[in-house]
Amino acid sequence: MNEWMNGRMMNDKHLLFAYSHIRTFTIRYSPLAIRLLPLVFLAVFFFYPLLAIFRLSLAPQGHLDLAAPAKLVSTTYYARTLWFTTWQATVSTLLTVILAMPGAYIFARYRFPGKSLLQALTTVPFVMPTIVVAAAFNALLGPRSHLNLALMALFGLQRPPINLQHTIWIILLAHVFYNYTVVLRIVGGFWANLNPRLEEAARLLGADSWRAFWQVTLPLLAPALVAAALLVFIFCFTSFGVVLILGGPRFATLEVEIYRQTVHLFNLPLAATLSLAQITLTLAMTSVYTRLQARTARPLQLRPQQTTQRWPTTWRDRALVGGNVVFMVVLLLTPLLALAERSLWTGRGYALTNYSELFVNRRGSVFFVPPVEAVRNSLAFAALTVGLAVVLGVIGAYLLADRKSRLSRWLDPIFMLPLGTSAVTLGFGYIIALDRPPLNLRTSPLLIPIAHTLVAFPFVVRTVLPVLRGIHPHLRESASVLGASPARVWREIDLPIVSRALLVGAVFAFTISMGEFGATSLIARPQMPTMPIAIYRFLGQPGALNYGQALAMSTLLMLVCAVGFLSIERFRYGEVGEF
Amino acid sequence: MKKQLCLLLAFVILTGLATACRPAAATPTPAGPRTLVLMSHDSFAVSEDVIAEFEEAHNAKVQFLPSGDAGAALNQAILSKENPLADVFFGVDNTFLSRALQAGIFEPYKPRGLENVPDELKLDPEYRLVPVDYGDVCLNYDKSYFEEKGLTPPQTLEDLTRPELKGLTVVENPATSSPGLCFLLATVGHFGESGDYTYLDFWRDMRANDVLVTEGWEDAYWGQSTWAGEGNRPIVVSYATSPAAEVYFSEGALEEPPTGNVLGDGACFRQIEFVGILKGTKNRDLAEAFIDFMLSEHFQEDIPLQMWVFPANEKAALPQVFLDFAEIPERPAVVSPEAIAKNREAWIEAWTEVVLR
Repeated sequence: MNEWMNGRMMNDKHLLFAYSHIRTFTIRYSPLAIRLLPLVFLAVFFFYPLLAIFRLSLAPQGHLDLAAPAKLVSTTYYARTLWFTTWQATVSTLLTVILAMPGAYIFARYRFPGKSLLQALTTVPFVMPTIVVAAAFNALLGPRSHLNLALMALFGLQRPPINLQHTIWIILLAHVFYNYTVVLRIVGGFWANLNPRLEEAARLLGADSWRAFWQVTLPLLAPALVAAALLVFIFCFTSFGVVLILGGPRFATLEVEIYRQTVHLFNLPLAATLSLAQITLTLAMTSVYTRLQARTARPLQLRPQQTTQRWPTTWRDRALVGGNVVFMVVLLLTPLLALAERSLWTGRGYALTNYSELFVNRRGSVFFVPPVEAVRNSLAFAALTVGLAVVLGVIGAYLLADRKSRLSRWLDPIFMLPLGTSAVTLGFGYIIALDRPPLNLRTSPLLIPIAHTLVAFPFVVRTVLPVLRGIHPHLRESASVLGASPARVWREIDLPIVSRALLVGAVFAFTISMGEFGATSLIARPQMPTMPIAIYRFLGQPGALNYGQALAMSTLLMLVCAVGFLSIERFRYGEVGEF
Repeated sequence: MKKQLCLLLAFVILTGLATACRPAAATPTPAGPRTLVLMSHDSFAVSEDVIAEFEEAHNAKVQFLPSGDAGAALNQAILSKENPLADVFFGVDNTFLSRALQAGIFEPYKPRGLENVPDELKLDPEYRLVPVDYGDVCLNYDKSYFEEKGLTPPQTLEDLTRPELKGLTVVENPATSSPGLCFLLATVGHFGESGDYTYLDFWRDMRANDVLVTEGWEDAYWGQSTWAGEGNRPIVVSYATSPAAEVYFSEGALEEPPTGNVLGDGACFRQIEFVGILKGTKNRDLAEAFIDFMLSEHFQEDIPLQMWVFPANEKAALPQVFLDFAEIPERPAVVSPEAIAKNREAWIEAWTEVVLR
């Protein structure tokens, strides 16, 4: 089947020239300075601070002190932590992929009313602070939730039948809740550009729809699917708030243990050892992935979305689309709606009190954050993050897409490392490493978008790379033969095809920056609070008004993000924007 | 049309840069006011007019550097001791006191106004760290819950193990939470480590009585309590001032607190917060002036409503809501900072073994 497909693709292109000598646009022809940009960025803002904190932690007197690594293997506790970290991440990833694939399919192949709004809303969970999500889950599934009360009344039960609190189930549920959008967008976006003809041809040749999916569509989707799964896995592997707050004190991931050792016990050698272990594992996983990815990637016939999507017409189509929409609304939107509802509740009825109070500095505090300012700070950091991550991510993806380069096999895992690195380790690294000119950035607000970019830029690389590798070389070669300069080939061929994936990457960069709290709270920041920081400030003191204002600010965060996603998606690159 | 993408990107980056850089541009010129940097934990708060008074009197600008929770902020100060991030550090409490002093990051200074602070709050005889405020970590309980069920609310730690209070209590994990650690210390101070009934015996009974452990205060208070959150547990480890804060932040809906404190002998742990001058400051005189100012009545009277703790200066007048509703336990549990530093990890480890594993 595969050979047949490749053959078809070859013939499909109209120009078959002897093209080996033609200069098409590849990353090799861009100036060295541009190519080095992502590497320099990582070297300065990732490896240098990381090495500094590791040196201080593991070799405080100049020579390596191996007492901490020895402690690591002397008890079974850390081995068990590692085991739990790995298996919960694996199960979370599998669940997320399985549950989100039908959603990705309907987003890729169907048009339906409210589609772009739904897509924007499904990404909102990604930015919500864990403590707020925990409150939402509690409102929906907790002991005093309508659901439990109704079940108790219905079956005459004494105790609430649903009790997920502090169980593995709530961890898995929350991981699906947070990461659903990653699979939906990365796989869905890629799928939308796949040519449906291939699957149709398989069907014509007698394959049933399952067989056509397993043998044609799935192999073609593999690059995007594996990329999305890897991102979800790393996110769950380094999960912190979800495990700590929802999972409760009986569960701990490596990331939780690193935080505990660093902040509470100040046992830097042990923390650094655990951090190194986590980084090594991330590196190992991404290396395996890189091998896999190189094998699955193949040039594809990518098609503009308007030719691949249709309205659901049969009852089967409608049931598929409807069922998935309902699933997304129940899984992703009800917790958000519960929060919005609570934000309007004042204890005596529904009113806008919590919102209007946001604008009043009742106690004259120096740290009062006018909501407009919090929104502006968050948006400014997010805009910078999007800019930096898109530029670095695109260059990075080109470096990796260059098949002739041996470098890419090494670079790919390295680009993913920031995702697998503990925020507290890196944050402390910044404190000791970036303290002298010309890099005296410890208290600069610029450090926040830089830290966000470290997490966002691998996302851009992952979303752009499958598409970039899928561009059929003949397209570029044909254009060159017809006389286009390398720059023009890039503008006319690469950019339109990549732009869709680029927007997905930009949405994620925006999302990561808007919702990030851990690193932001660690990096000393003089009075430029973001929206998540304002939320945590409200939650830090007792009293109904504080809780109400925290939920009001959370609802604002949801709104700002949803509007942000919609406007990023609206952005089109000329007439080819529909790709 | 095609330049749109580039233009938009450039615009986005430039506006972002412009906004992000604005505060950095406010670096002082030699002729202008001097800048004093105050590093603290995230819970620090103060009124604008109070800070303005100091800034005017000393021709200075105070810059704040909130740096995470109490542990994270202190650790950052220790890590940066070769090249300090700030002039003054606020927010070391008695559970972290020994770590801070051992790290040698503070310069001794005996401020004016210290004579108004009771001696039991002064824990560092060399005055590297001086007390600014104190508050008690206590159990809060939901008054209406106990009324409705016809139960007697707990008054002592021992009460919590009564069978009729089974499944009603929430505590924070001492490994990850500051009030959680304080409450563990209260039980250590009250029951002791040896004898017929040690603190671990108490915790064994608590576990049998279905105590719920959460990661931090936020989850316990907002997530699990019957009065403030979505939960079904009416007893939560919080602060003795929380009932007063409930009234203050109720928008006039509450005339008196919905919650009460468990104030029995040794049921609470007193948390004292300290301030100190960071070694290597280039503004020693200004830093001294600021610490004097922090102990002055104007600053001290601002503390209660900003941070919901009591001022260390006895002469500072308390706001009405504190006079009406904030309670102070007569005999909180006592554990010395040296003992805390020495045993913190072992106590937490033993607690984890008994309660969680």
